[in-house]
Amino acid sequence: MSSGPRFDMDYFLELAIGGLTRGSIYALIALGYTMVYGIIELINFAHGEIYMIGAFTALIVASVLTMNGMTGVSVLILASVVAVLYAAAYGFTVEKIAYKPLRQAPRLSPLISAIGMSIFLQNYVLIAQTSDFLPFPNLLPVLPFMEPYSHIMGSTELIIVLTTALATAALTFFIKFTKLGKAMRATAQDRHMAMLVGVNVNRVISNTFIVGSALAAIGGVLIASHIGRINFSIGFITGIKAFTAAVLGGIGSIPGAVLGGLVLGWTESFATGYVSSDYEDVFAFCLLVLILIFRPAGILGRSSVQKV
Amino acid sequence: MKASAEFIKSFFISLWFMLLTFPILVIRVNTIEKVVEWRWRNMAFIGIGSFLLSFVWRWLLSRKEKGRQPAETGNVETLPLGRRLLAEPRIYRPALTALALFTIAFPLLFSSYQTNIMTTALIYVMLGLGLNIVVGLAGLLDLGYVAFYAVGAYSYALLNHHFGLGFWAILPVGGLLGALFGILLGFPVLRLRGDYLAIVTLGFGEIIRLILENWNAFSFGPSGIANISRPGLFGISMTLNEATIYIYYLMVALCLFTIFVVNRLQDSRIGRAWIALREDEVACQAMGIDKTRTKLTAFALGATWAGMVGVIFAAKTTFINPACFTFMESAMILSIVVLGGMGSIAGVILGALILILTPEYLRAFSAYRMLLFGTAMVLMMVFRPQGIVTNIRRVYRYGTKGKESRPAQA
Repeated sequence: MSSGPRFDMDYFLELAIGGLTRGSIYALIALGYTMVYGIIELINFAHGEIYMIGAFTALIVASVLTMNGMTGVSVLILASVVAVLYAAAYGFTVEKIAYKPLRQAPRLSPLISAIGMSIFLQNYVLIAQTSDFLPFPNLLPVLPFMEPYSHIMGSTELIIVLTTALATAALTFFIKFTKLGKAMRATAQDRHMAMLVGVNVNRVISNTFIVGSALAAIGGVLIASHIGRINFSIGFITGIKAFTAAVLGGIGSIPGAVLGGLVLGWTESFATGYVSSDYEDVFAFCLLVLILIFRPAGILGRSSVQKV
Repeated sequence: MKASAEFIKSFFISLWFMLLTFPILVIRVNTIEKVVEWRWRNMAFIGIGSFLLSFVWRWLLSRKEKGRQPAETGNVETLPLGRRLLAEPRIYRPALTALALFTIAFPLLFSSYQTNIMTTALIYVMLGLGLNIVVGLAGLLDLGYVAFYAVGAYSYALLNHHFGLGFWAILPVGGLLGALFGILLGFPVLRLRGDYLAIVTLGFGEIIRLILENWNAFSFGPSGIANISRPGLFGISMTLNEATIYIYYLMVALCLFTIFVVNRLQDSRIGRAWIALREDEVACQAMGIDKTRTKLTAFALGATWAGMVGVIFAAKTTFINPACFTFMESAMILSIVVLGGMGSIAGVILGALILILTPEYLRAFSAYRMLLFGTAMVLMMVFRPQGIVTNIRRVYRYGTKGKESRPAQA
């Protein structure tokens, strides 16, 4: 700290890769925000908590498995699969309880309900588990061929970036080419019209929550392995940042969420690397305020005209 | 036949919740000692609880559906019983007198510990009424309300610490600084849609807290500021007990002032503009209301109140640190407004007293406090979005009886 920031190439690359990793995870969580917002125009405040629950479930499953003598990649795969399933189930249930009865209500109501849900889920995990930070085992395998580059990019980083790329590609394919994906796009464009042509809108909304929550859980497992510790409140800040990423890229747009995640990741990484590490979270919020002032539609978003 | 179908439905719901809460609620891993604790009892609780609650849930939902029909036809003739009782002068006059006497006699009847709790509750009443201007009247969701509260508290603490300025000098300054911050934040953001406002105010609240935590030279960092002087009364020196009672009466007076102001605001031109804006922005603009300026006034006024209460808070506790101003505080004030009834003064007061006093007196509750707040927010929105106390809205009707105005339910 006393020598001040370094300005050589290696450090720059390290920060760039760090930002890429961080940004990938924001992108994974931002996808859930952007999909839900695209369809029912609601900021799902509980989404960050879904990601936290995903990470907790993975930790619990992984710990139980390792204590029963399991090791290696099988623990990672089992823990991730269970985490994804559970997060999806939580996302589905949250929608059914807190948002579905409020479809016809004024805009403020589902938003307050979402905040209530977020507070509820945080405290549910706090009471059921613990308020302490729990160490999270690094489940991701160490890839031997990354060894020479480990001072810049470790195998964990590589896996995170690749997983995000894969998940985004799969999601894009799903939205573009499957029947359910088409139904989602139709619902996002015009819910009533979609209903008229025979789309089961309630099911589409449920599925959106399921897919978004599953992606958040993947993000949860990855970030927890990367940082190495979790507690009940991790979902809050990460959730806001992921939302920032979604707004940054243009809310409702899937490539936008990824781009926004990466831009946010790099901003944070370079700002903490070259300016100050004390204000890590402040940079993200300042970025959010600035975008909302100067380009509220986001980088890739189209500005929408309110229909009367 | 129908009953058995209901039972099967509830059975599956309870199975679903048992499965859903299984890893978090049943398993607890101790990673240091490498032991797994299985808490099967929790699963039984969840199973039975969700089985029973699912009936209640469905019953309430169906009741809500039924309740919607008469409201849509516009013939809400019967007022709720509580409202009818209060409309009767023979009942509300003695009730109000009794309440006033109780409020005045409170510190004489109870210990200073109780008085202190009551003062805290009154602080939240004032905060709730301030936020009620923003959320309840103008319909702007402010999730960073605590930031303005922090601005007020820190302005008193710092000015007192560095320059020795007194409480009465800073009280308006705290309010003004709150308003200033409100305008600074509101001006760029209020052009945007409501949900963006929510997230930006949330971010702003966090920024303020992080700055207070990290900027040691300015705010003394996480350790906070201690030995803030209590409010004075013409230089009379008071014992701790007397000071507590004095602050209590001060709070009562300020609450009355707040109630007066909010009540007057509600029926003023600007207050009606807020309510109209809450209901329909586009129609409002078509009627020639300056959207941004109207919203900004609400935002700044709400912030003024938070700033003033912040000064009182700092003077009451004589110690503040950034941990007093977390998002949970904002969430608590918001749930006061939501639970009590958005836009209703009596509702907000009731909400604050319930939410602050219940955990104080039912200690067993206090661990579950935030859990219950969250639950209450969701349930209120789903089943009773108007809150405990419904805000009476004036409705002007054209009818055979000529121009008469009568209250109807919103």
